[in-house]
Amino acid sequence: MGKDNILQVKDLHVTFSTYGGTVKAVRGVHLHLKKRETLAIVGESGCGKSVTSNAIMRLIPNPPGKITKGQILFKGTDLTKVSEKKMRSIRGVDISMIFQDPMTALNPTLTIGTQLTEGLRQHHKNISRQNAKEKALEMMEIVEIPNAMERFKQYPHQFSGGMRQRIVIAMALICEPELLIADEPTTALDVTIQAQILELFERIQEKTGISIILITHDLGVVAKIADRIAVMYAGKIVETGTKRDIFYHPQHPYTKGLLHSVPRLDLEGETLEPIEGTPPDLFSPPKGCPFTARCPYAMEVCNKVFPVHTKLTKSHEVNCWLQDERAKQTLAEVAK
Amino acid sequence: MNGKMLQVRQLKKYFNLGKDRYLKAVDDVTFHVYQGETFGLVGESGCGKSTIGRTIMGLYHKTAGEVIFNDKDVHQLKKEEKTSFHRQMQMIFQDPYASLNPRLTVREIIAEPMEVHQLYRYKQEQNDKVFELLEEVGLNRDHANRYPHEFSGGQRQRIGIARALALDPEFIIADEPISALDVSVQAQVVNLLKNLQKEKGLTFLFIAHDLSMVKHISDRIGVMYLGNLVELTASNALYDNPLHPYTKALLSAIPIPDPDMEEKRERIILEGELPSPIDPPSGCVFRTRCPVAMDICKIEKPTWQEIEQNHFVACHLYKKQEQHTPKVTIGMKK
Repeated sequence: MGKDNILQVKDLHVTFSTYGGTVKAVRGVHLHLKKRETLAIVGESGCGKSVTSNAIMRLIPNPPGKITKGQILFKGTDLTKVSEKKMRSIRGVDISMIFQDPMTALNPTLTIGTQLTEGLRQHHKNISRQNAKEKALEMMEIVEIPNAMERFKQYPHQFSGGMRQRIVIAMALICEPELLIADEPTTALDVTIQAQILELFERIQEKTGISIILITHDLGVVAKIADRIAVMYAGKIVETGTKRDIFYHPQHPYTKGLLHSVPRLDLEGETLEPIEGTPPDLFSPPKGCPFTARCPYAMEVCNKVFPVHTKLTKSHEVNCWLQDERAKQTLAEVAK
Repeated sequence: MNGKMLQVRQLKKYFNLGKDRYLKAVDDVTFHVYQGETFGLVGESGCGKSTIGRTIMGLYHKTAGEVIFNDKDVHQLKKEEKTSFHRQMQMIFQDPYASLNPRLTVREIIAEPMEVHQLYRYKQEQNDKVFELLEEVGLNRDHANRYPHEFSGGQRQRIGIARALALDPEFIIADEPISALDVSVQAQVVNLLKNLQKEKGLTFLFIAHDLSMVKHISDRIGVMYLGNLVELTASNALYDNPLHPYTKALLSAIPIPDPDMEEKRERIILEGELPSPIDPPSGCVFRTRCPVAMDICKIEKPTWQEIEQNHFVACHLYKKQEQHTPKVTIGMKK
């Protein structure tokens, strides 16, 4: 793991205690992210992708949530160890976050201008009102909001969904963070607006060199803007690789299943192959591979032992027993 | 081709906002659905696609126009006719968490329509039908005594489908039936709907915003924008040969899960956002975002015409075929 990693997550575990028992939401996640890179975390609802990103921001409410194990190294500092005060000076300045729903992410009783400059005034105590406003207007320009001067004084309800998401992006970027976490940033938007926002992300990354963690379930969005992809299932990352590794050489049966279960606009008469069943209960996750119950290739070992980590190429890694030499041999024999 | 099962003619649905202001949710829409086909209705949020579905069902009173189902106007039915109409047409809703009563067991939920219509004299017969339906939708009879909260989203949607099938309808309106579900589960439900259609010869009106899924399941697709149908044709033709600028932009905006394709594609990025349906633009409603808008678009509303066989479009770019008499002409000023 090189020094050029801006973020490195090692063996992260997050649990939530509830009356019904302890939910093991994230169970040993490893991630790394370079400068200027976009990493997409893909997975279904409840797989732990949002919990992972909230843990990086240290936004897991404690209690009930707790980071029980692991390290989150942001430029060498372990974020799981720093004080809340220190963390407050990192949030917004070094790492920023965008949430799914732009309708609820903004305060309806404050003007856009107040909300945009809030971060600046918070983190740079001696910035003048005028300077803050100038900076905010500049950000509004970057996120391509027309009539910035006029819009600055307006309230969120006067903005459409797409425009609100632009405001939220501007808010996240105003202190020039190095890492942006976007949790389903376009899910609440219409496709034509989604296309506008995705283009905007690309332009911003080109301009500022920011690193992005994109959390999504939409494989189309991933194909468009991600560099690398991590596929998550039941609190674990089951496969990581470059965009091409994942789309053209998927190895994990879950990744393959995901790719086969979405229809493609450009193909005709394809049959969808859904993944049967539902994800496991994270109160008592299976000891072995969590995908066993839904996996068409499941073997006896899968249920008992979590698969070893296999590095296929420099970029492509997978956790699956099918990569084991013995399984490969048997499969080859059966194929004959 | 089979006969036209459902005909929607110049349907309008305006919501009265008071002070003489109206929200034109559906404004002059004409299309028909053939027996046994799946007709997809796509469009972005607020384009009026759900309102059309609900107006066809009779859940909303229409403002103008007609909805003809099996040769009868749905909004003019007598009481007895209404009962039989509702046996023939059923609906599947978007949110499987909100559309099932949490205080009823699955058996009660599925049996409710049968009780309303007094289909069975004996409880045993009714229960047998419930079991049969549960198995048809891929659940099992042990599930009958459980409550909705015990099921996952995909399973709940299956319960919703079983309820819609309880009266053996011919026509099902599915309003965003999969958009609340996870990707891997969406495919399960879509395949289930397809199989049921094959087995029972159902006709579907499939309303959704996800064009890739609509294209996958539908025979023909209608594209809506701000209360108007802008284009309607067979689903393959819509992708291969889109005519309306909005359809083109919509198709190009949808990301394809294939990185190489994504790099090569040219995108038409639409400027701006959807105008308000309370005060829609004059003439063509799309002109404010249209990359090829002309002067005439401001003045005149384009007519709904059949440009090629079974390919309808409402756009001034395709106006020049004078000798061609459009089969359906709408666009009358109210």
